[in-house]
Amino acid sequence: MVGGKSPGERVFNISNAVIMILLMCATIYPFWYSVIGSLNGGADLMRGPLFLWPREFTWASWRAVLADPGLLQTAWITVSRTVIVTVVSILYTAMFAYAFSRPYLKGKKIYMMIGFISMYFSGGLIPSFILINWLGLYDSYWVYIIPSLFGGFWNVIILNANYKAISDSLFESAKLDGASEFVIFFRIVLPLSKPVLAALSVFTAVGVWNDFGTTLYFTQSTDLQTLQYLILKLLQTSNASEQLQNAAANSNLAVAELLNKAKGEGLVTAKTIELAAMVITSIPMIILYPFAQRYFTKGVMLGSLKE
Amino acid sequence: MKTTPESIRLPFVRKRKNHYLGRDWRTQMELQLMIWPAIVLISIFSFFPLFGLLMAFKNYDPMSGVKGIFTSEWNNFENFTVVFQSFQFWPMLKNTVGINLFGSLIGLPITLLFALMLNELTSRKFKSFLQTITYLPHFLSWVIYGGLFITLLNPQGGIVNELLVQLHLIDKPILFLGDPDYFWGVAIGTAILKDLGWGAILYLAAIAGIDQSLYEAAAIDGAGRFRKMLYVTIPCIKPTIMILIIFAISGMLNNNFTQIYVLQNTLNMPASQVIDTYLYQTGLLQFQFATATAIGLLKSVLALLLLLGGNYASKKLTQSGLF
Repeated sequence: MVGGKSPGERVFNISNAVIMILLMCATIYPFWYSVIGSLNGGADLMRGPLFLWPREFTWASWRAVLADPGLLQTAWITVSRTVIVTVVSILYTAMFAYAFSRPYLKGKKIYMMIGFISMYFSGGLIPSFILINWLGLYDSYWVYIIPSLFGGFWNVIILNANYKAISDSLFESAKLDGASEFVIFFRIVLPLSKPVLAALSVFTAVGVWNDFGTTLYFTQSTDLQTLQYLILKLLQTSNASEQLQNAAANSNLAVAELLNKAKGEGLVTAKTIELAAMVITSIPMIILYPFAQRYFTKGVMLGSLKE
Repeated sequence: MKTTPESIRLPFVRKRKNHYLGRDWRTQMELQLMIWPAIVLISIFSFFPLFGLLMAFKNYDPMSGVKGIFTSEWNNFENFTVVFQSFQFWPMLKNTVGINLFGSLIGLPITLLFALMLNELTSRKFKSFLQTITYLPHFLSWVIYGGLFITLLNPQGGIVNELLVQLHLIDKPILFLGDPDYFWGVAIGTAILKDLGWGAILYLAAIAGIDQSLYEAAAIDGAGRFRKMLYVTIPCIKPTIMILIIFAISGMLNNNFTQIYVLQNTLNMPASQVIDTYLYQTGLLQFQFATATAIGLLKSVLALLLLLGGNYASKKLTQSGLF
């Protein structure tokens, strides 16, 4: 509860809490709006904006989105890509970081240099585009997987700092028992770094799930599009028609009326479909992140402050 | 930190045993096996494109493929001249720097203030609840968060315009995304809202690491909460603040492509064309590979200079920097 010693302090505590709640509402409201908008009747939504609650509650738009057969392929591409990249790149980066953390690794200095150069220098979009084309990855499913299999040197640094906390005697006794490096990695290191792995997995999964650049730059066929890209396309089409409508509303009422009708009537309209697709696409990541939340600080901290 | 007998003995033990344990060839083989696939991936996807930067100085034809990068002839910085002489260049630079500069000038203090106020909350449960909720937008993609703002800022039935009209702050709805005058504001505002909670995480972690005895000493000296914040908390997290400022300076030319791309449309183009979107358009939509590479290279070099300059200034002024 809000408690304080002096009245002044109590006033401060209460006003502080109130401001915080208001700020929280401001950050969350856009998403809340998409939730209530997608659960509202489409024609009703056009009559005026909602504030806190749907006026005419219906699942129609959600059903329309989930029943769309074209969406299945898109969802499959997105989900499979996210799962594969997250699992493989985290496992692989953790393994790399383990080998890198061993003081008796030969060639460590060279590997470190390679790692740091890869962190600070990049060829940029166009050279990457030419490379992807040359490798035959353009417009192929593998463009989503292969370039992302290594999680980056940044993650290696985070993991490395974390491995330092593991007691050396554990490694030594395992070694004396004849365990190979792979056994040590899978049986000792992985289980002991669960927190940081959880945080990094969430960051990776969110990054892959939310990425539309790869689709935009390196693919063109519709059966390779991801959910984010699909929504981008939905947005761009509805924006274009909205701009047309705004222009028409200022000059020609009849045309505006017609455009309004073309956007759909009844429970499901282009707008509610768009909002429902946005909410449904966001749900997996929204469910995921609170689980790893208590590990975030550690992951972010180590990464940004330790070298 | 206390020095225990163990921590004195450990380095010695580690040195001797590890040397012995890592000497056999099998161990080395296993370790190299763990390292090498990543080295191959880095070489292909990070190092190989670096050769592509040669295009910036050459007469490159997109049809000539990878070979053309090496075989096409040099053209005396012509690509850079084309960039500088483009009528889009100066507006684009202005938009890039403007959005980033004002974004940092407003965003950094607001995020710091948010973290400090969050830290002053007395209930831990409430604090962690607030954090969870304010993290949420960070985990939404810009396609979705930006798309939602397009809906909310719509002049026809968008809730922001509706509210402003009903409160009699404006006479008729504003075309927030159709008018170049408002674009910077929209870009900066949405970016701050999206990462307010997430940005505070670093400050909060730094605050959590402050030695509690400093607060006790301050309390004995008669400092209230506000003075503690001003004279203990802020000086203690100064290194974190400086690092974030250095990052902001080095990122001055680096816009969030995904955000700008989503919010951009033909009407607001005069205020929304930034280096990254221009690079995408000239490169992948108009296939002017050499020009786009020149812009990219120019940007990276300037970003590196800004990073070094920012770090140098920070070290001179506050004795703390990145490296």
